[in-house]
Amino acid sequence: MLRRIAHIVAVLAPSFFSAFGAIAQAPFALKEIASGVYAHQGETSLMNRENFGGIANLGAVAGDDCVAVIDTGGSLEQGKAFLAALRAKTQKPICYVINTHAHPDHVFGNGAFVGAGVVFAGHKNLPRALSLRGEHYLAAFRQIMGDALDGTTIVAPTLTIADSTAIDLGGRRIVLQAWRTAHSEADLTALDEKTGTLFAGDLLFLQHVPVVDGSLLGFLDVADRLADIKATRVVPGHGPMVAPWPKALEDERAYLTRLTADLRAAIRKGESVKEAARTAGEEERPKWKLFEDYNARNATAGFAELEWEGP
Amino acid sequence: MSKKMRAAALGAFFLAASAAFAETAAPDPWPGLVTDIFQGRAIAPADGTVSLDAPKRAEDAAIVPMSMRFPDPGKVKGATLVIDQNPMPMAASFTFGEKAGVDFIETRVRVNSYTNVHAVAETRDGKLHAEATFVKASGGCSAPAGKDPDEATANLGKMKYREFKSAVAGKREAQIMIRHPNNSGLQMDQITRAYTPAHYIDAVEVWQGDDMIFKMEGGISLSEDPNFRFTYAPNAAKTIRVLAHDNQGGAYKAEWPIADAS
Repeated sequence: MLRRIAHIVAVLAPSFFSAFGAIAQAPFALKEIASGVYAHQGETSLMNRENFGGIANLGAVAGDDCVAVIDTGGSLEQGKAFLAALRAKTQKPICYVINTHAHPDHVFGNGAFVGAGVVFAGHKNLPRALSLRGEHYLAAFRQIMGDALDGTTIVAPTLTIADSTAIDLGGRRIVLQAWRTAHSEADLTALDEKTGTLFAGDLLFLQHVPVVDGSLLGFLDVADRLADIKATRVVPGHGPMVAPWPKALEDERAYLTRLTADLRAAIRKGESVKEAARTAGEEERPKWKLFEDYNARNATAGFAELEWEGP
Repeated sequence: MSKKMRAAALGAFFLAASAAFAETAAPDPWPGLVTDIFQGRAIAPADGTVSLDAPKRAEDAAIVPMSMRFPDPGKVKGATLVIDQNPMPMAASFTFGEKAGVDFIETRVRVNSYTNVHAVAETRDGKLHAEATFVKASGGCSAPAGKDPDEATANLGKMKYREFKSAVAGKREAQIMIRHPNNSGLQMDQITRAYTPAHYIDAVEVWQGDDMIFKMEGGISLSEDPNFRFTYAPNAAKTIRVLAHDNQGGAYKAEWPIADAS
């Protein structure tokens, strides 16, 4: 019997440790990319148990009085790790948590920052998006991430932005700008005027293929208008933690333009949505990571959107 | 290895085993659906009466194209598309006009989880034939909620018609698109704990002149902006006409000239 048990253990040990053993988060790296501006680079990957949902870039800006956090990560645990790393850089109180949109990799860490005097800020559509999707996100990612999602809750904003608002961190203004439906229905950017650092959220993807969960045409339009923002560097939602502005927009605009053109051609030819999803945007494949995971989905939703163009 | 670790490993083994068991023993909803939707009638294999084309993996779980083909359309009275694991499994039930000659119809559905999809055709002699295929929903970020609720409300009931060159001589191919949020009623507002009321297209009729091409009864499994692409045998009518109805009493009408009608 003992030998049998030993055999079972030997066979199961690798899966046992990955499936049931305690998992530890990789150390949370937070870098000062400009004076008083901090950024963390997410892993270019899908959210899973091993990475605690840590796939999005996160940031923080410290003023004379207090700190604004921009996005909080993909689980309560990641949010806590972010907070601990931030505390090692600055002891100033956190006065704002800015969510760039409703997707789980950006908001699931919110719970770690809840406290007296912390204002959660987001796009005017963010409360609705979180209320309609939050429960689904928690259930869907519980299946994928298991106990790495323990304690994660949905925290809605108390300050909502319909157009543009500036918040003051003490000698330092952060301009929050709400956008039309683009990457999602609740995209918000945050600009640190002092250093010209723009936090673009998922309105900017680098290396990670852009994800369209709002409107393809809206995304193209907003990507064009973003270029007018006076900044010197950008923290994209995914990809390298910092990139030169506005050059960083080029790859994304090329992808969205190609996908739109391919879909319009497919619709004109009378192709079905299924055929179009197989071919549209294919030329862009070598330029992007996670292309296989998102391009056909972008193409499917984009097809359904563009079909309504014209008479 | 310590006794503790051994015990833990055994525990893990049983957990893993029971999880595997739970997966294989998940009840198949299909027998119950046969009772509910088809009154327990016998359902024969497709045998060339109907074929179902569904993606193996749903790219966007909110927009999953499903097409049914009927090699001998004259024999087919209607067809029902069932997404077994969806909360409201009957996605669409089509009834075809007697001489409509519909040998292909495609629509788009929502898929909630890994599921079988059944296409069940009823022949004019009253027999049922089915083909099933398994679809993996991509899950993840693709929530069942609409991508832009404001736009969906603003355009409610707007329709669009397109024609295509049919691959089959003597047939026409057309597409009808209806702007409608098709709210499922299953999305709970986490703050108010209230559900967004169900609001969906429950009936569509498509006519060429005075002859019906098809009518459809549908539910919340149809995607936002219900979309139908189909072939039909022309009857020399000059226009194509659509009547749509939703569960809140909304009625929507549109009519278009058929471009190459003689």
